[in-house]
Amino acid sequence: MGEVEKMKKEAEGLKTQIEAARKAVHDTDMAAAAAGLASAPRVQLKTRRTLKGHLAKIYAMHWSTDNRLMVSASQDGKLIIWDSHSGNKINAVPLKSSWVMTCAYAPSGNLVASGGLDNMCTVYNLKTPVVKIVKELDAHTGYLSCARFLSYAEILTASGDTTCALWDIETGKQKTVFLNHIGDCMCLALSSDMNTFVSGACDSLAKLWDVRDGQCKQIFQGHTSDINAISVTSQNTSDSCSTEKRQKRASHAVSSFKSASSLMLIFTNITIMANINFFPIGNAFITGSDDCTCKMYDIRSDQEVIGYQDAQLNSGVTSLALSMSGRLIFAGYDDFNCNIWDSLKGEKIGVLSGHDNRVSCTGVPADGMCVCTGSWDSFLKIWN
Amino acid sequence: MTSNSNLSSMRRTVEQLRLEASVERVKVSQAAADLQQYCLQNASKDALLVGLPAGSNPFREPRSCAVL
Repeated sequence: MGEVEKMKKEAEGLKTQIEAARKAVHDTDMAAAAAGLASAPRVQLKTRRTLKGHLAKIYAMHWSTDNRLMVSASQDGKLIIWDSHSGNKINAVPLKSSWVMTCAYAPSGNLVASGGLDNMCTVYNLKTPVVKIVKELDAHTGYLSCARFLSYAEILTASGDTTCALWDIETGKQKTVFLNHIGDCMCLALSSDMNTFVSGACDSLAKLWDVRDGQCKQIFQGHTSDINAISVTSQNTSDSCSTEKRQKRASHAVSSFKSASSLMLIFTNITIMANINFFPIGNAFITGSDDCTCKMYDIRSDQEVIGYQDAQLNSGVTSLALSMSGRLIFAGYDDFNCNIWDSLKGEKIGVLSGHDNRVSCTGVPADGMCVCTGSWDSFLKIWN
Repeated sequence: MTSNSNLSSMRRTVEQLRLEASVERVKVSQAAADLQQYCLQNASKDALLVGLPAGSNPFREPRSCAVL
């Protein structure tokens, strides 16, 4: 008993030490440091493509590394692979479970993955004559909120069971499990060197992990509600995936529901969000939250360095993507718009309006040539 | 038994905190300067920031195309 008391004291002492160390390096914030910078120009982007084909809400999208193809996932129970230049559909992959929350394109372009309320991550081969399931990764005990390929052999997942996991696709087994969050993991973003990733969760914390040793290296606070979106402006792609935000009660309730129609009710009442993206040089990441704000955290300073908020914005952030220089943040909101923020100065400099329902996902391809928004209105739009 | 699991979970918490406390932190002014520098260096290549001439925009049909 005495031992536990001693540890509690040490824990408190360490927490105070960490806070003091953060304060000690907080000699300015991003907005103040960027005061001398010219404002980014007002950004006015036009819709270049409206991709029609899904029959229900779109929950997620992800660009291929070829900057041309992309995959989208919808409640209509399909993944669609699109050629963004022509607007044509290349593939339509029927899903065993229509309760999909995330999709991902492998760097090689041969594989895609999806997952959701089925608690599984299913990997598909696009290059066989008929699209085939390569593996069903089944070990999470909660919904799959996000998945990202490291390569054709490994994939990272985030789950409502509060864990993230690194899988060996060939064996179908988890190589590493990342345990530390106390709330549903809603989103994850991989650094461009793939050695670290950040996760956002319903405990309103963002955590930085070492992919290989499973260690949680740093914990970031600041949001006052669930983190739905996390964006590491990676050198290659910045994207957002959507996931359902769940109240703890709902997440337990869904697993005991048997009828499809009851599941549908829960599914449609849940707001989707999951965004966390790295900044291009991997020193920082952006998060978007239910608290209607986005924040940038610098990893080396171990703290929040700027917030993106507006008194008139009172809808939750569902998704995030960064332009390739990191200067622009495209944030999708519940109010059907995607707002464009100057990442350095914290100013709102544009809006993408055009969807008739919540923007659930956004993504910028590696070459930064455009931004794609996906919506509950069942359409995807490409803008530049 | 509960005291054992309390103890091991406290131990994990303390170990995690020790790890986090040992992180070397960089001044925010330095971090901000590095992020700014990256943005500015890459600004000219950022199509969404500076725009694209119509001819090189893969999402825009060229106005006229004369093929002889």
